[in-house]
Amino acid sequence: MTESPVFTDAEAAKITRVEELAYELVIDQVMTKQLITLDPKETMHAALEKFRVNHISGAPVAKDRDLIGILSIEDLIKALRDGRVDRRVDEYMTTSVITVRNTDQVVEALKTFRQYQVGRLPVLDPSGNLVGMLTKGDISDGLLAALQQDYEAEEVIRYRASHLFEDINSDRTSLILRYNVKKDDFLHGGKASNHIKKALLRLGATPQIARQCGIAVYEAEMNLIIHTLHGGEIMVEIEPHKITMETSDDGPGIPDIGQAMQPGFSTATEEVRSKGFGAGMGLTNIRSCVNEMKLVSSEESGTNLLMVMHLPHQGHEGKANIT
Amino acid sequence: MKMTEIADKLKLIPLTVNEDVDTHDIQSAYQSDLLSCVICAAGDKSIWVTLINNINIVAVAKLLDIPVIIITEGALPDEATIDRARLEGISVYSSPKGNYQIAGELWELGITE
Repeated sequence: MTESPVFTDAEAAKITRVEELAYELVIDQVMTKQLITLDPKETMHAALEKFRVNHISGAPVAKDRDLIGILSIEDLIKALRDGRVDRRVDEYMTTSVITVRNTDQVVEALKTFRQYQVGRLPVLDPSGNLVGMLTKGDISDGLLAALQQDYEAEEVIRYRASHLFEDINSDRTSLILRYNVKKDDFLHGGKASNHIKKALLRLGATPQIARQCGIAVYEAEMNLIIHTLHGGEIMVEIEPHKITMETSDDGPGIPDIGQAMQPGFSTATEEVRSKGFGAGMGLTNIRSCVNEMKLVSSEESGTNLLMVMHLPHQGHEGKANIT
Repeated sequence: MKMTEIADKLKLIPLTVNEDVDTHDIQSAYQSDLLSCVICAAGDKSIWVTLINNINIVAVAKLLDIPVIIITEGALPDEATIDRARLEGISVYSSPKGNYQIAGELWELGITE
C-alpha cells in the first residue's frame, strides 16, 4: 500500500514536474514487457552473448513465469575476471531478488532503486508472476514520454530565456552564475561546466560557442579539483556581447606562471595522471578556446583565472548577440 | 555505419547503450588516454577509444558531444560511471582488445575520419 503523499506549502514549491509525474504514472505503464530471460542452466558465455546481441546489461533468471534470480553485467564482469565464463548462470546470479509490483506508482520504484542501489528490478503482478523488467532508463523514458506533453511549455521557457536580454531594459544587463567546486571531488568533475554549457545553449548560444566555453571551464574546474588546497569558485557572467568566466581559489598559488603555461608542463601526481589528467595541456586548451585569458597567482592570495569570450555582433540594436 | 552493427562486428561488450545510439551515422573516431588531448582534438568525433575507465570520461564525452566510448584492454568501469553514462545518454562498450587493435578494426570498417 502506498501512503498518499502530504506536502507542506514550502515542500510543494520544490516539487518538480518530473516528481509529480512519478506519482501519477504506474510501473505497468513504463516497464519493459518484452522479456529476455535466462535459464539457470545456461552458461555465463551464453548469457554474455544474449546481453551482447540484445544490447542489455542485465536479465532475470526464470522458469516459465517463476522468478528465481537475476544476472547483471557486474556478475558477468566477475565471471570474465575469474576466467570462468563456462560456468552456469545459477552459480553467479543473485537469488535474493528485490522486486516491485506492476500496480505500484513509479515513485515506489524510484525509492526502491535508491534504497538498494540496483540497476534493474523484476516486476511481478499481484499473483507473483514475472510480467516485466524495470530499469531507471525505462522510468526516464516513461517520464520523458509524459513530459512530451509539457514540451510546448518548455519551448516557451526556452524562447523567453533566449530573449531575456531583449525583455529587460537597463544600461548594461548581465546574468551571473556561480558554482562551488570541492578539492579532490573527481566524482563531480565536469558538473559545473556541463551546467554552464547547458545554460548557454538555453540562452540561445550556438553549439560551437557553448562547447568552447564548456571546454575552457571544464579545464579550469578540473584545475580547482586537482591543484588547489580547498577547491574554489567558478563565476560566469553572461552579457549580450561577451561571456566572462572566472575561477578563483585560496592557494597554494602557482610559483612560475610562465612554466605553467608551457604545453606539456604538469605538476600532477602519479595518481591523478592514472585518471587521465595531468597532460599539461589544460591551460593551453583554455587559451585556444577563448578570446582573452588572464592568469594571476600568488602564494598569499591564491590563483585567479579570467577567461573571456567575445560574441559576434548582430544587426538588431539591443538584441542578445549570444546567438 | 550504425553503432550496433559496429558493436556486433567488433564483439564489444555493451555496458550501457543509449536507445538513440543508432540515430548517429558513425564515420569518425579518436583514440587517446590523455583527457586534455581528447578535449583538444576529439570534438565532433563519434567514438572515443580509451583505456581510462573512471567516471571523468563521461564528463569529457558529454562536454564534446561524443556519443560512444569504447573502453579497451578489458578495463571495466565501476557502477557509478555506468550510471552516470546512462544518465547522460552516452553509450559505453568494453573490449578485451587493446587501443591499437580496436583502432585498426574500426579503420577496416571504413571509419577513417
